[in-house]
Amino acid sequence: MYRLINDRSIAVASTLAIGVASVVVVLIMLFLGKESLPAISEIGLGRLFSDSSWNPESQGDEGLFYIVPMLAGTLAVSTLALAIALPLGLLTAVYTEFYAPRGFRFIMERAVELLAGIPSVVLGMWGLLILVPKIQQIDGHGASVLAGALVLGIMIIPTIALSSRSAIQSVAEKHRMQTTALGLGRSCSVLDVFIPLSRKSIGVGIILAGARAIGETMVVVMVCGNMSVFPQSVFDPVRTLTATIALEMGYSYGAHRGSLFLIGLLLMLSVLTALLLSKLIPGSSLRGEDTI
Amino acid sequence: MSIKTFLFTFVVTLCCLLPSQEANAADKRLSLSGSSTIAPLISEIARRFEAEHKDFRIDVQTGGSSRGIADARRGLSDIGMSSRALHDEEKAGVKTHILAMDGIAFVVHAKNPIKNLSAAQARQIYTGQISNWKQLGGEDAEMTIIDRAKGRSEQELMTKFLGIKSPEVKANLTCGENQQCLKLVTGNAHAITYLSVGTSEYEVNRGTPIRLLDFEGIPASVATVKDQSFPLVRPLVLITPERLPEEVEEFLNYSLSNKVDDLIKGQAFVSTH
Amino acid sequence: MDRYVFREGSFTVITWLSGIAVFAIFALLVFDVFYHSGLFSLEFLFSDVKGAGREGGILPVIISTSLIVLTCSVVSLPIALGSAYFLFYFSRQNTRISALLRVSLDVLASTPSIVFGLFGSAFFCLYLDLGFSILSGGLTLACMILPAVIRMCEEGLSATPEEYGLQAAALGMSKTALFFHVLLPAALPTLSAAVLLGIGRALSETAALLFTSGYVLRMPESLMDSGRSLSIHIYDLAMNIPGGDQNAYRTAAVLLGMLFVINSVALASMNFCAGRVIRK
Repeated sequence: MYRLINDRSIAVASTLAIGVASVVVVLIMLFLGKESLPAISEIGLGRLFSDSSWNPESQGDEGLFYIVPMLAGTLAVSTLALAIALPLGLLTAVYTEFYAPRGFRFIMERAVELLAGIPSVVLGMWGLLILVPKIQQIDGHGASVLAGALVLGIMIIPTIALSSRSAIQSVAEKHRMQTTALGLGRSCSVLDVFIPLSRKSIGVGIILAGARAIGETMVVVMVCGNMSVFPQSVFDPVRTLTATIALEMGYSYGAHRGSLFLIGLLLMLSVLTALLLSKLIPGSSLRGEDTI
Repeated sequence: MSIKTFLFTFVVTLCCLLPSQEANAADKRLSLSGSSTIAPLISEIARRFEAEHKDFRIDVQTGGSSRGIADARRGLSDIGMSSRALHDEEKAGVKTHILAMDGIAFVVHAKNPIKNLSAAQARQIYTGQISNWKQLGGEDAEMTIIDRAKGRSEQELMTKFLGIKSPEVKANLTCGENQQCLKLVTGNAHAITYLSVGTSEYEVNRGTPIRLLDFEGIPASVATVKDQSFPLVRPLVLITPERLPEEVEEFLNYSLSNKVDDLIKGQAFVSTH
Repeated sequence: MDRYVFREGSFTVITWLSGIAVFAIFALLVFDVFYHSGLFSLEFLFSDVKGAGREGGILPVIISTSLIVLTCSVVSLPIALGSAYFLFYFSRQNTRISALLRVSLDVLASTPSIVFGLFGSAFFCLYLDLGFSILSGGLTLACMILPAVIRMCEEGLSATPEEYGLQAAALGMSKTALFFHVLLPAALPTLSAAVLLGIGRALSETAALLFTSGYVLRMPESLMDSGRSLSIHIYDLAMNIPGGDQNAYRTAAVLLGMLFVINSVALASMNFCAGRVIRK
């Protein structure tokens, strides 16, 4: 048995493993591209940005494939969700690390972990049954950018909190003694030392949270109203790109189905671009070894 | 326990879960796809059928009425489910069998004083010409007009009944599944949407605060769908290829028989018997 | 002096408020689920579905979900471990290749879940002809959780003391022996936490499974059967089945319970084993 498992074979096996892991990404883009071909050949990329509306199955004409309002919807909901989740997530991380009394700290850590694991359908249900009627009483029709952003924000708070916390933790371990020696109080050491030192890792956590917000499907289908229009206020309903895929994938054929795969491909490419751009910022890593 | 022993037992356990060839060979497998309105009913029928015929395995997937029709026409599923009648161009090469009857009703919150909707009013609401309840004699409140997702049979039927084209529809919100629409209405006293008569009546009987509006003076209910006085009726159909394999025919005949009438009634659809 | 005190005080207040706010949101959500689910016995977990799910229990769904998660773990764990091994041992030499590998993993981590659903449907269901099946769902989920599990495995391996490598070299142990007999047991707490957290992530997934493992409510007999996961069952009950709300909430309560147990076990393993092994 031991002759089989030697350094050589393990090296080969592990190379195979990493090969498979990295090939998955390529495979995904390949298959998305392959399934988008009917759309690219029949519709062409330009019409996605120039048609008059999104109406792929309209009888009579060959269908309309305008995706820009849905793109705006995706961006509106995700940006607002990040704006809500960033301060709350970051401050929760700071709270759990530096301010929470020991017993409550344990409870907070479990709470954040569990919040991270709550399925999106459960959050969507809560949003639909409780949040949407309340928003309708304030303004608009209930299902809106605001509803989506609030529920999405709640979803990504734990993502930001957990990644920020591990970043700040490792920095704090190194520099706690120095800040104490200098007589800096908690707020000063956190705001002026720890957070700036770990800002690159926190930034990566924010990007991952943003990617999660952009990629979320079930919540936005349930609470955003699914109207393919440009939102003009937070109380307007929107439709996101992911919602369109989820709603129409089941029954679409041919060019329509291809256009949904094309949207998926575009989503992946934009995530890829965002990540590559973030790598261009020198020194960014996931493990918090940063200098000011 | 060393890692080797652990791995060995693990792999053996896993092998027990792999498909057993003999079981599959004896199985008569059917696959159905289509309307999510019919899917729960067919699942229940399939369950009862499987209990009586132990060698059958019937898989039900959703995907919408259009998917059901397309899958049946392409032979991708044995039976397609559709909650609307087929268009002429869809009928080639397939047979339709009516499982039950249902209707489409306009639904509002129970607190809404409006009781009746004329065809003209419905048309004006869904083309954006009426947007306030006071224009219909109700409160002075902005309507929340809820359309159904494109591709759903209800959406196609509504545009057909009211004689409007899909791009002409102007609404405030779009909802997908039936219950999502219902929840949007129960949470909003000024909302209006359109839903299956059966589903809506089931909900009213459960105490959900909604009301089905009369259409052109005729009340929307399972009873009026049954006696065909209600204008907005639609068939729930099963679609098969013209020549059926034996096992498909067996299940089909069972579903269309009166043995499942109680299940149909249980979902508040109208049986054809 | 005054400005400093003001800053210290207001920051403390804001931080406390944020902590309490997030905890309140969490408590609100959990309370909402358990309030609407009402009291139900364990029988719910072990009895069959009735009335398309609105009555009865969720046993077939639990079995399907377990099989999906099992497939997912069994497929992703060796790949993740092997990848972590590679990144741990070889990443220091070829920085460009390793950077490329890590970027591809990051992209995978950020891919929307519905895109995994599209990919799974096109690749596993159609191209590999697995159809709507637990296997398709499990493989799709394995792709999804791979980057997260790899990252945690890598961290687990890196957290082992550097001396182990030197001591092994001094003793003349091969790299393989070092890995299987020293590093793996030492990193076991983090590794098991990685697997468990991956499982937790897989349990909550809906969009990726909609088009891969399907909708069927029956007790699955093999991995090739279609079967629905707990989150899809919740979605169907809440959005499509009249009268399905209460069982939707009950299923959600069950799912939250399972996640709580998984998280606790992961935490316990990290704390318990860590203490024992490193002291050895």
